[in-house]
Amino acid sequence: MNAIVTVVGRDRVGIIASVCALLAENNVNILDISQTILQGSFTMVMAVDVGASKAPVGDLRDQLEELGKKMEISIRIQREEIFDAMHRI
Amino acid sequence: MLNQKDILSTIEMIDQQHLDIRTITMGISLLSCCDPDGKKACDKVYDKITRYAEKLVKTGEDIEREFGIPIVNKRISVTPMALVAGASDAKDYVPFALAMDRAAKTCGVNFIGGYSALVQKGMTLADEKLIRSIPEALASTDLVCSSVNVGSTKAGINMDAVALMGRVIKETARLTEAQDGLGCAKLVVFCNAVEDNPFMAGAFHGVGEAEKVINVGVSGPGVVHHALQSVKGQPFEVVAETVKKTAFRITRMGQLVAQEASRRLDTPFGIVDLSLAPTPAVGDSVARILEEMGLEVCGTHGTTAALALLNDAVKKGGVMASSSVGGLSGAFIPVSEDEGMIAAARSGVLTLDKLEAMTCVCSVGLDMIAVPGDTSAETISAIIADEAAIGMVNCKTTAVRLLPAPNKTVGDTIEMGGLLGSAPVMPVHNESAAAFIGRGGRIPAPMHSLKN
Repeated sequence: MNAIVTVVGRDRVGIIASVCALLAENNVNILDISQTILQGSFTMVMAVDVGASKAPVGDLRDQLEELGKKMEISIRIQREEIFDAMHRI
Repeated sequence: MLNQKDILSTIEMIDQQHLDIRTITMGISLLSCCDPDGKKACDKVYDKITRYAEKLVKTGEDIEREFGIPIVNKRISVTPMALVAGASDAKDYVPFALAMDRAAKTCGVNFIGGYSALVQKGMTLADEKLIRSIPEALASTDLVCSSVNVGSTKAGINMDAVALMGRVIKETARLTEAQDGLGCAKLVVFCNAVEDNPFMAGAFHGVGEAEKVINVGVSGPGVVHHALQSVKGQPFEVVAETVKKTAFRITRMGQLVAQEASRRLDTPFGIVDLSLAPTPAVGDSVARILEEMGLEVCGTHGTTAALALLNDAVKKGGVMASSSVGGLSGAFIPVSEDEGMIAAARSGVLTLDKLEAMTCVCSVGLDMIAVPGDTSAETISAIIADEAAIGMVNCKTTAVRLLPAPNKTVGDTIEMGGLLGSAPVMPVHNESAAAFIGRGGRIPAPMHSLKN
């Protein structure tokens, strides 16, 4: 089961490292990463496999949100189906 | 792989354009709760609702967390209560409303609909008893919503029921006077009511429906408004196409959530109601969409045409996105729940007469409109009759949810808070329709009801 992690906010040292560390701790495999600076803000989109995750998606969401608060950026995780539904026929 | 632009556009819709699932509504048949003993019937009603909907709220919250899409309301609709209560010897039906209210609170939902009667052709003793109990039922409960269907294209308009509803609405306002007549916000009078509507206050679980069912209502006026900002000044074909594409996306999301909820709750999926349902939040308004099309203020000349285009394009875009579309489906125009409508009404441009014209081309009717507290019951009935006539002749659902504001008059505002919003009191015509309403009887069904 895949999910999409999005990180948006002011660029700073260690964003990717800390997000990846949190995902690794939960045994979440990263499938793809794309990163860009969009209208001045750091924007990263990751496709991840949560099939073997130690924590359910709902809990991962809480952990990532907590990390986001600490780093003053917005981090979220959402099941991939929501984007597929909206953008693929 | 999804592209980054698509992903970020979805997130922007949720974050900045108020995209959400407006409601997951579980419909529950209560026909099996009929009992000659009124008290036993109430116990059965409570037990069945709490058993079936036990996990509704939790499931909704889980989906919300996993998919990252807000699901604003979790609700329950039940069989029109007149049918269940009518099997009992109960003298007073208010205990049935109390049982519904208790069950809703136990389940943690924010509304339960179905304190209802369907009387388009005539009233049974139970129907009449239930209708007369509505004011007390709404005043003594918090979460119960009530609806009465007074007309249909097939049956005509039951003018005795229309007359009675004028008095019921007045009495409901009086009994909930301390809260600006809040009870009336939970009471809808329909023509051509639908059996699978997930939206309150008019939701009930029709007798043609299954044992239990999941219906989902989507929303997204903000997303449509935002999309139209990118096609300023372009012809209407472009406007319609833009609305269609947006409605398609919104509805696909609704379909996904509906299927997921249906699977997790082991309850058949019923319909997606592809409505544009506004909220009082800035940026979540249907009126602002109409203004974006080129109208200075919603309610001016051209508003009906703009709404007709919007309503049609929403349906066309949504219908392919869902395996089963139903409910009311279209654009809602509740005044108090729409920031742009409130502003337009306050400025005097949007009038009751214009709103009536708009209901000919939108999905429901005169919704959440505050009128002066001294408006007579007959005038309210006459407004209901006009609206029901529009529904009857045009083979569409129309509804009336009027809020006679106790002790208030034109220029005042009533505050209901939350999604119900606030409403400026709008003027009604002062000339009497009492002799018209006093006639009683039934307005015959139109010629085109004879289709067989």
